[in-house]
Amino acid sequence: MSAEPSAVARSLADVAAEPGVSKPDPILVAADVRKTFGGLRAVDVEALEVQRGAITGLIGPNGAGKTTFFNVLTGFDRPDSGRWTFDGKPMSGMAAHKVARAGMVRTFQLTKALGRMSVLDNMKLAAVDQRGERFLASLVPPLWRPQEQEIEARAEGLLEYFNMIHMRDEFAATLSGGQRKLLEMARALMVEPTMVMLDEPMAGVNPALTQSLLGHVTGLRDEGMTVLFVEHDMDVVMGISDWVVCMAQGQIIAEGTPDAIAQNPEVIDAYLGRRRHHEEERS
Amino acid sequence: MDPAAIIANALRAALGPSAAAYALLAIGLNFHFGYTGLLNFGQVGFMLLGAYGVAITVTVFGGSLWLGFAVSLLLAVGLALLLGAPTLRLRADYLAITTIAAAEILRFSFRASPSRDLTGGVFGLSGFAEEFNALNPFTSGIQFGFLAYNQRQLWVLTVGWSLVALAVLLTYLLSRSPWGRALKAIREDEDAARSLGKNVFGYKMQSLVLGGVIGALGGVVFALNLQSVHPDTFLPLLTFYFYTILILGGAATVLGPVVGSVLFWFLMAGMDATLRQAGAAGYMPDWFGADALGAVRFLVVGIGLMLLMIYRPQGIFGDRRELALNVR
Repeated sequence: MSAEPSAVARSLADVAAEPGVSKPDPILVAADVRKTFGGLRAVDVEALEVQRGAITGLIGPNGAGKTTFFNVLTGFDRPDSGRWTFDGKPMSGMAAHKVARAGMVRTFQLTKALGRMSVLDNMKLAAVDQRGERFLASLVPPLWRPQEQEIEARAEGLLEYFNMIHMRDEFAATLSGGQRKLLEMARALMVEPTMVMLDEPMAGVNPALTQSLLGHVTGLRDEGMTVLFVEHDMDVVMGISDWVVCMAQGQIIAEGTPDAIAQNPEVIDAYLGRRRHHEEERS
Repeated sequence: MDPAAIIANALRAALGPSAAAYALLAIGLNFHFGYTGLLNFGQVGFMLLGAYGVAITVTVFGGSLWLGFAVSLLLAVGLALLLGAPTLRLRADYLAITTIAAAEILRFSFRASPSRDLTGGVFGLSGFAEEFNALNPFTSGIQFGFLAYNQRQLWVLTVGWSLVALAVLLTYLLSRSPWGRALKAIREDEDAARSLGKNVFGYKMQSLVLGGVIGALGGVVFALNLQSVHPDTFLPLLTFYFYTILILGGAATVLGPVVGSVLFWFLMAGMDATLRQAGAAGYMPDWFGADALGAVRFLVVGIGLMLLMIYRPQGIFGDRRELALNVR
């Protein structure tokens, strides 16, 4: 954590630490998002605003509905109800690939490296508006070669930034778990998103690589992107987030700066269990 | 036993019109299964529509051969859209079930007696190849060594293998383009492709239509070669031959389906000739009659294919490294 609080963190310092609170400059605004599986209320979010240019950590115990909420927002799951806008545009019910093209790109908890494609092809695939992706145009290489070369240069630049350039021609399936996380993050950047949604980017990554991943996440914010990420590890979340949202049983139970959340009794309840917390209070 | 005659028979089949037709069907399937990962178990349905499209247009409606071609291809596009629209948003297994059922529905409806006026029912249709035969530029047959084709066969071969060459060129161009890259990404993980802004449904549909149309071309070549069509030619078994050919040659490779088809026909015809000659020469036990021959041929070819899969599981052109990867 940098000693100097970021500009975004300062702008959030005055925001009240209460669930559903409005932010000064929200990029994502969601209201009444509900999703049930049978009788189970997986997601029941009344209101959430995500501040533009900030790193927002989404925490909560297992089964709190974080990933389902992610899936709904990114078009991978259909909600029972709910409206949300991204960058002022209504996004509710939009197909997943259109969400990505609109600039909201996600990664997955279980990494989805495209195994039997090279690392470089994984990267190049992700560029949007490729002329050669249209059927007829793809048959005439001169139509798309120049763009392909630009894309390749950009992909190589990103691979270099993520220290993966030496793997460019390897099959993605040969990468280690941590390298796949890096590849997924780098690949998401090829889409040139305005907001990156990372689903447990540190899960199953060794501590050394965790540090480098954390560096990359803050790097995204410093480049002006908005980051929303799901994470279990509280230390990680508190270390890099500008704002933390805590979910439990599908609902948002608390929001605030990392310091405020660390002391929030609701959050402690959700994580450690109510009884134990009350016993501690009594003693 | 006459080894030269056996080889001649096998080679004739391996380079023959049926091998070209099967190669086209396998190339179509390669787009579905090899590149996009679509489990189409009804490729024979596209073959049927290709064959009958020409046959019905020419014999029943008196249209020209070219109109017949167009009808065949349009029918294939229609079938692909019909199959794809409800199933391509679902998991892969649904397409598999739907396609195998659709191919059988087509076969049964074409052979049913109420459709006799249109399809000839169980008797099928014939006499639609005159225009094709009349276009034949060759004035005599050809003979290199022990390999002989007559004038008509030569014409079918020229058309058949030219279409194969075109389809191979198409595969080559597409598989090396960003379009082909998107297909492969969908094969690997369609959610990942979706998360990167790719219209997965659209690509799957394009792949299904393209592979179906190429398969229908295979049906056209098949019908023009035989000069007649019968519904019971188009058994589900054929789709599994096309899979065998594709995997034999190497799925998701450019030349795999072609070489697979040549090899498949070489093995089938070669084994047929060998067993026939062995029977005639009295090497076979008494119970070995004409029925047994067919069964034993499949048995031996089956064992051969199993050995190939054991020792070269990636097919002739496949990349072994790819197979060793633990995908997912």
